[in-house]
Amino acid sequence: MEPKEIAELIKERFVSEVLDIKDFCDQVSVIVKKDRIKEIMKYLHSTPELYFDLLTDLCGVDYLGKKEPRFEVVYHLYSIKHRHMIRIKAEVADDECSIDSVVDIWAGADWHERECFDLYGIAFNGHPDLRRILMPEDWEGHPLRKDYPLKSDLGDMEWKGVKEVIEIAEKNKGYEVR
Amino acid sequence: MTAGTGEIKTKELTISMGPQHPATHGVLRVVLDLDGETVVKCTPYVGYLHRGTEKLAENRTYLSALPLMDRLDYISSMSNDIGYCVAVERLFGIEPPERAKYIRTIMGEMTRISSHIIGVATHALDIGAMTLFLYSFRDREWLLDLFEMTCGARLTVSYPRIGGVRNDVSQKFLDSLYKFTEEFPKKIEDEYETLIDQNRIWLQRTKGIGVISAEDAINWGLTGPTLRGSGVPYDVRKYAPYDAYDKVEFDVPIGKNGDVYDRYKCRMEELKQSNRIIKQCIEKMPTGPVMAPDAPKFTLPPKDKVLTDMESLIHQFVLITKGPMNAPEGEIYAATEVPKGELGFYIISDGTGKPYRLRLRAPSFVHVSVLPVLCKGGLVSDVIANIGTIDIVLGECDR
Amino acid sequence: MDSLETLIPAGILNIVIILAKIAVVVAVTMLHVAYATYFERKAIGHMQIRLGPMRVGFHGILQPIADSVKLFFKEDIIPAQADKPVFKISPLIPVFATLSSVAVIPFFEGFVIANINIGLLYIIAMSSLGAYGIVMAGWAANSKYSFLGGLRSSAQVISYEIAMGMSLVGVMIMAGSLNLNDIVKSQQEYWYGMYLIPQFIAYFVFMVAAFAETNRTPFDLPEAESELVAGYFVEYSGMRFALYYAAEYIGMIVMASMAVICFWGGWTIPPVLATAIPALEAVPGIVWFLMKVYFHIFLFYWIRATLPRYRYDYLMGLGWKVLIPLALANIVITSIVKFYS
Repeated sequence: MEPKEIAELIKERFVSEVLDIKDFCDQVSVIVKKDRIKEIMKYLHSTPELYFDLLTDLCGVDYLGKKEPRFEVVYHLYSIKHRHMIRIKAEVADDECSIDSVVDIWAGADWHERECFDLYGIAFNGHPDLRRILMPEDWEGHPLRKDYPLKSDLGDMEWKGVKEVIEIAEKNKGYEVR
Repeated sequence: MTAGTGEIKTKELTISMGPQHPATHGVLRVVLDLDGETVVKCTPYVGYLHRGTEKLAENRTYLSALPLMDRLDYISSMSNDIGYCVAVERLFGIEPPERAKYIRTIMGEMTRISSHIIGVATHALDIGAMTLFLYSFRDREWLLDLFEMTCGARLTVSYPRIGGVRNDVSQKFLDSLYKFTEEFPKKIEDEYETLIDQNRIWLQRTKGIGVISAEDAINWGLTGPTLRGSGVPYDVRKYAPYDAYDKVEFDVPIGKNGDVYDRYKCRMEELKQSNRIIKQCIEKMPTGPVMAPDAPKFTLPPKDKVLTDMESLIHQFVLITKGPMNAPEGEIYAATEVPKGELGFYIISDGTGKPYRLRLRAPSFVHVSVLPVLCKGGLVSDVIANIGTIDIVLGECDR
Repeated sequence: MDSLETLIPAGILNIVIILAKIAVVVAVTMLHVAYATYFERKAIGHMQIRLGPMRVGFHGILQPIADSVKLFFKEDIIPAQADKPVFKISPLIPVFATLSSVAVIPFFEGFVIANINIGLLYIIAMSSLGAYGIVMAGWAANSKYSFLGGLRSSAQVISYEIAMGMSLVGVMIMAGSLNLNDIVKSQQEYWYGMYLIPQFIAYFVFMVAAFAETNRTPFDLPEAESELVAGYFVEYSGMRFALYYAAEYIGMIVMASMAVICFWGGWTIPPVLATAIPALEAVPGIVWFLMKVYFHIFLFYWIRATLPRYRYDYLMGLGWKVLIPLALANIVITSIVKFYS
């Protein structure tokens, strides 16, 4: 099916949810509200003529200062059977930074959602194991947000973790090597 | 024995495999809960090699983000570069010339061969067959020498460019490569398959291990040989051809049972198919330029032009300082079939010379996430077989 | 000799001779161990289209010496949480066990340190003693990897010991003796001069069990490099680490010697060959013996370069379900043949 037709189908079915449909380079994005995202996804996954069985990708985008609401969660869906693709974008606001998880539709969404949570701070409701994945467990902040500094703002000051490391080293002096 | 008053308390043994472990292909950490030798639970931890490639790329021009892609899957850097270039070209609406397309196809398939033989060989090494590992390095050496001959680098090549490739390949390169394609299939049959495929221990260790059904494999988002082992013929080269893949003939080998052996077999068959593609490309190779005519607007002009031609000097200056000026506003998802699976680039452009957002859909990342499914209920030795069979590179997984 | 005997009492002379023999055998064995590592690296290297050690001396001929000097001077690290006395003792056990089994091996006619009547049993007993070193090391290091390695090893050694012992019963029945000298001599009764032909099942079972006993590929599960890193000796370093290696190689030499003595006619050559080419008689027995041993050691390397590693459950299955029944069948057949002939 042509991507545009799919977009029209979604719009027909979820009139109040679809905000916009964009077409660029033969790739169609459907921008939707986040509230009924799971329903939309289930529809896309289970309808026989659409049958999007492969969740190619799931990622977040931060439009800080460009657009309101600030975040978007982008789903790339592909159907191996019908060989068509669609991009769904769900808008997520900064003050209510969460969206429903799609793990029970595509198991492969598990780590993508964890990554999105890790790097953007978008929480996924109903995710079985929402932990940081790429960054260390005790990391502060979400690195891919646009307001996250690219370089440390400490300047020449030493890294604040250094004190902690020295403390641990002092404590462990009690243990002998031999 | 008489029954005691208290029950015997048993507890699962938790061992942490990695990040420093010889069989985890880099810095993967897998925490295993063991009941005897049986794996009750398997939890992979990744991120030890996280370098923030996506964040870095957002702050670089399109051109200078290219070398970052080399460092993703460092065993098949050429494929990553090609994937990135294909994505950026589609965003900008550039069409590389025919010859460049063929060269890229050749390079991509050379990378596939070198990556697959390393993948199969390290897999065999993990299972204990050491000799194959060194045989594969001999053949890989030939390919790396050919890379060096063309672009001066063996591992981090940065050879493809937006709108083509950096320089044309020499006739010597093509002759040597053709000789390789003549000899390689015999090597696969005589050495690789004799050593492993007819070995009872190897068959015992791989058949029926780490089984995943076709539905589950798709549901988990697997791609590449890992998916094809389960019998799904999904291959980006066939489903959405890029470069010259629509002009060459090749088959997509698929497995049946979705176990370790089928995935291994798929990789071995793909070696032969890649060999076939390279051979066809050399035979059909058209003549002509290797850079798109409008490429100077996107890619650095040649150095001698810069020194003599005013226009080129301006292009060079603008490209270095600001990046490509006429990037359209929009977003694109472009996927290529790299040796590990589907490598996708999702680029959002805001019209400036730098990508607003560059998302990498790394196949290794998805493949690691399926590890608990493959390992559950198996033995410790099967964990090793499973890590080998999903063929991961942690540089790509952690980005 | 008259003057010597008058100077020193016969008992003391005996002890001196035995001590000298021990010194020679230990020195020769240790040298063999050192060069077995070199030979292994070279042989496997060439099988894998590389050269192996090339730097130290001509074609790396001095490499084993450099290695042992390095290992001697390395720091001996003991983990803080380890059970120290056990940790320190355990590497010695396999070395002592394997070295003392060399004592009963007849290298050539009349040369054996201890010509005891139960030589065969003694060697089997010693090789199972070595397993204690492995189990203790696995326990003492207080590391989960070495613990798993130790457990795997104890299970493996125990199950393969049975197969090995049973495979040798056939030889015992045919020779009617447990003395290794007698076993070699009794093989001369046949024109082909070795038990390899009538006892080929036993030989096969013995060789497989020998690979398992010495923890060599494809049965190197206790030290499976890619699974358990190094298995039971993962926490060892320096000389203690080297002792485990030494024990493995002495074990290989002992097992190869056993195979040669029990199945290949020891230092003798087949009578049919000796009558056909009388010149061969002039070659000293030790040459034949060592050639046969070297062939078996080469077999160990050859297999290592060819085969992948078994999985643990298959390994146990092979031991209990294939080898032991085979060995038992062999005993039955041998007994019947022996009884009726």
